Amino acid sequence: MIGNLDLSFFNWELVSNFLAKGFYFSIQLTLIAMAGGIVFGTALALCRLSGRPWLALPAATYVNTMRSIPLVMVILWFFLLIPLLIGRSMGAELSAIITFTLFEAAYYSEIMRAGIQSVARGQVYAGYALGLTYGQTMRLIVLPQAFRNMLPVLLTQTIILFQDTSLVYAIGAYDLLKGFEVAGKNFNRPVEAYLLAAVVYFVICFSLSSVVKKLQTRIAIIR
Amino acid sequence: MHLEWGFFLRDIGDGETTYLSWLFSAWGWTLAVAGCAWVLALLLGSVVGTLRTMQVTWVARLANAWVELFRNIPLLVQIFLWYHVIPSLIPPLRDVPSFVLVVFGLGLFTSSRVAEQVRAGIQSLPHGQRHAGMALGLTTAQTYRYVLLPMAFRIVIPPLTSEAMNIIKNSSVAFAVSISELTLFAMQAQEETSRGVEVYLAVTTLYIITAMTINRLMALIEKRVRVPGYVGGDR
Repeated sequence: MIGNLDLSFFNWELVSNFLAKGFYFSIQLTLIAMAGGIVFGTALALCRLSGRPWLALPAATYVNTMRSIPLVMVILWFFLLIPLLIGRSMGAELSAIITFTLFEAAYYSEIMRAGIQSVARGQVYAGYALGLTYGQTMRLIVLPQAFRNMLPVLLTQTIILFQDTSLVYAIGAYDLLKGFEVAGKNFNRPVEAYLLAAVVYFVICFSLSSVVKKLQTRIAIIR
Repeated sequence: MHLEWGFFLRDIGDGETTYLSWLFSAWGWTLAVAGCAWVLALLLGSVVGTLRTMQVTWVARLANAWVELFRNIPLLVQIFLWYHVIPSLIPPLRDVPSFVLVVFGLGLFTSSRVAEQVRAGIQSLPHGQRHAGMALGLTTAQTYRYVLLPMAFRIVIPPLTSEAMNIIKNSSVAFAVSISELTLFAMQAQEETSRGVEVYLAVTTLYIITAMTINRLMALIEKRVRVPGYVGGDR
């Protein structure tokens, strides 16, 4: 029963021995996949909106394929395929970083596509009228506005990404959840360890989404 | 790369089951987990989503707390909570099969997303609809039953379609508590046969087929229940 819960094993030693390493990896994975995913995702979105079929079609196929497969299967696919392609095995952690960057790019690209489409047409015409090239118009006029409009959505996706990093469990990478699991096994307190894991994830995600909510009202462009 | 599919007809070592029949039984488990969880998610999500639009503050707050709770913990952690934590805190649940626990885990997780869509659907209706119901002398329950919900549910079908497709994908997390569904099949068959590419291709194809079927099915429902005069209603 609840009275039997024993949280006494939770001390600073536990944090530094088991959790710090996992937490560090989860954050690292989230940040790299976010940065890489947004850059690659924006490129994909630009390809899809370019109006050139030889760019738009492969980009659309990539995004739709990634979005229709469960993330766990994508993680397994990459863990299987990368060693076959490069000829030697690769650590679960590095494999996870590559997988998440390429997978999240598909989701970020949909957000950026919506963001680019939300910018008024007149802005593009204004850019051309000033004599800017297509590239300059995108870089200096459209993308900054698209990025600002979509910032809350991009951040919300990042919170989802942070939650999804727990799925590296499938290939045995050492993330925050794994840290709790190993600690639970080590102290023979798995129930308490999982409960604490849930609390920690909840606190992180809940506070981040509250921040995003505040940001949403702050940065809205008043038209 | 050379693909070799013959192993699907080999038996898995018990003399009667082939990898092919194991694959299809795994597909069945995926559909069962996702299907049962979807029913639970729709029921709970509709109730919670409706409560969130109530004028009674504490009811709406409680419903909001439900959504925040299930939305801010990773699905895998929630599945572990149901599988490892809840049975040991509540002893009578110790004999509940893991299938049921996973269905609850996935169902409640998804219910928060359904609730969010249902709330948005109800709030997208003009205020006049609620007021019209009250002006006719309907009780709050009647206003929801006869005025608001019939409209709201039709509006939220497209977002619910993508949630239904998500739940198929999310059911893959059940591998972590040894439910013999497609992802666990993929991991185990890959290990046993060393034909990972073929195994993963087969499993991925089944996931895509399932998602596409749901997409078509929901489009059919959407067409049947559309409201004339609304966006998409007159096409």
